[in-house]
Amino acid sequence: MSALLSVTDAHVAYGKVEAVRSVGLEVGENEIVTIVGANGAGKTTLLSAIMGILPLKGRVAFAGQDLARLDIEDRVAMGLGLVPEHRELFVTMNVEDNLELGAFRIERSRAKASIEQVYTLFPRLKERRKQLAGTLSGGEQQMLAMGRALMGAPKLLMLDEPSLGLAPIIVADIFRIITELRASGVSVLLVEQNAQAALKIADHAYVMELGEFVLSGKASDIAANERVAASYLGFQHEGASAL
Amino acid sequence: MNTTIMLFLLQDGITNGAIYALLGLALVLVFAVTRVILIPQGEFVTYGALTYASLASGQMPGTAKLALAMGIGACAFDLFVARKTLHGRLILRSVLANIVLPAIVLALTIYFAAQKPPVAVCIALSLVIVAMIGLYLYRIAFQPLAHTSVLVLLIASVGVHLALQGLGLLFFGAEGQRGPAVLSGAFTAGSLRFTGQSLTVYGITIAFIVGLWLFFGLTLYGKALRATAVNRLGARLAGIRTTLSGQIAFLLASVIGALSGIMIVPITTLYYDSGFLIGLKGFVAAIVGGLVSYPLTAVAALFVGIVEAFSSFYASNYKEVIVFMLLIPVLLLRSLAAPAVEEEKD
Repeated sequence: MSALLSVTDAHVAYGKVEAVRSVGLEVGENEIVTIVGANGAGKTTLLSAIMGILPLKGRVAFAGQDLARLDIEDRVAMGLGLVPEHRELFVTMNVEDNLELGAFRIERSRAKASIEQVYTLFPRLKERRKQLAGTLSGGEQQMLAMGRALMGAPKLLMLDEPSLGLAPIIVADIFRIITELRASGVSVLLVEQNAQAALKIADHAYVMELGEFVLSGKASDIAANERVAASYLGFQHEGASAL
Repeated sequence: MNTTIMLFLLQDGITNGAIYALLGLALVLVFAVTRVILIPQGEFVTYGALTYASLASGQMPGTAKLALAMGIGACAFDLFVARKTLHGRLILRSVLANIVLPAIVLALTIYFAAQKPPVAVCIALSLVIVAMIGLYLYRIAFQPLAHTSVLVLLIASVGVHLALQGLGLLFFGAEGQRGPAVLSGAFTAGSLRFTGQSLTVYGITIAFIVGLWLFFGLTLYGKALRATAVNRLGARLAGIRTTLSGQIAFLLASVIGALSGIMIVPITTLYYDSGFLIGLKGFVAAIVGGLVSYPLTAVAALFVGIVEAFSSFYASNYKEVIVFMLLIPVLLLRSLAAPAVEEEKD
């Protein structure tokens, strides 16, 4: 089976500093793949580059097509979606408008059906549909960001730290929804600092350190790996002190 | 001063203020969507007004040729960018929109100019010509710079203003022109006399503001424009092309500018460089609105118009000085209210 997304020998640099070095990755259809690693490992940079926000040296192919010459909007139209860490919502517009704009490239009739699907997935958004996005709680904003990306009918959704700063009960909800997405045929590439939760729902995993993948394999194997457990705990410690 | 004079000045101020309101709204729109401070907004006013006046007096306006020339330039940019992919459909679309359309409009202009067309035809042609110039201007001067800083865009904007003003002198000469009234006739209510032209100004301004409000509030493209203004990256991730938003913003700004020009050229004599000062007054209103607030801009524009009318009565030599001095207390207040910021990072 050919992969839905395949990244080969990717390098991403900020000026002279290489933030991502020689990275290769594959995401298959109906698959959740996670990238775990400490803050500053280059995970967000990698996702941004795959989406076309940052320039990338190397090869990225999506659904068999090379993405090199395509800009962000074309990638969205092909079915690649990104929910960025900062969510990038239209804060002065209401929930419904945010969702409607997520389907900008989709036919109007299909968009109507998608909005109902999103409301089924996130009933909270339906209750708040006339509320301004900027006045939502963190968890609701995350739901809206995911809902907006889903409105574009993506084949692959890339999620950057979806649980960051959210209450545990909402985090559980978000992770449950990610598995539901897989069941409905959407592949997910998940970047998470909550490695334990991410590895639990993922099929495959990559461990990233200082811009490189140091380990990859089945998520369950990675979760059992001692080195991962150690660095994960170490990361927990760092994260706690950073707060 | 008696009440009649005061009412007369108020009426005059509101008529001018309505025009400044439209221009101010266009400036806010363009800045919010593209981060360009649109100095050449005034040239859209002059081009619209003088194209209309030229056509009405049976002369061939040079702006129609300029539109074709700029269209060819815009098409060349499109082809250069698409040189590696060369999609047949994209090329065809670019040629149609950038070369065939202005060529047809040029042919129509040549045909009609020779026979002193009716007012409606003059208005339609002037609007289309200036709208095309606005659209191609974005493609040539601003789209390639879209990722740069506000300062670079401002410098480009000043350059475009100077170039268009020079071309304006070439096309229309140094002589001022007046156009025929869109709506002639007048009526009196008490001591006030309303001309058909001033009623047209009110009517069109209100219609445009309501139209813009509906466009931004109800249509998908209007919402996409707002979304681009609120969050560019978010808009791109939703699949909204910032170039599309920029094109719509420039199209609206040029149509608003041209329409304003057509509305004032029957009231005042306009010269090739008059637009700059008119645009600047819209700019004063836009600044009062903080370059973000549409309602505040509209109210400020009416205020600017009224201040201008009264100062031209009391101290006509200092009319412009007084109007532009309004900026100083506003900027002072804004700088006190806003926290100090470092150089912009983008």
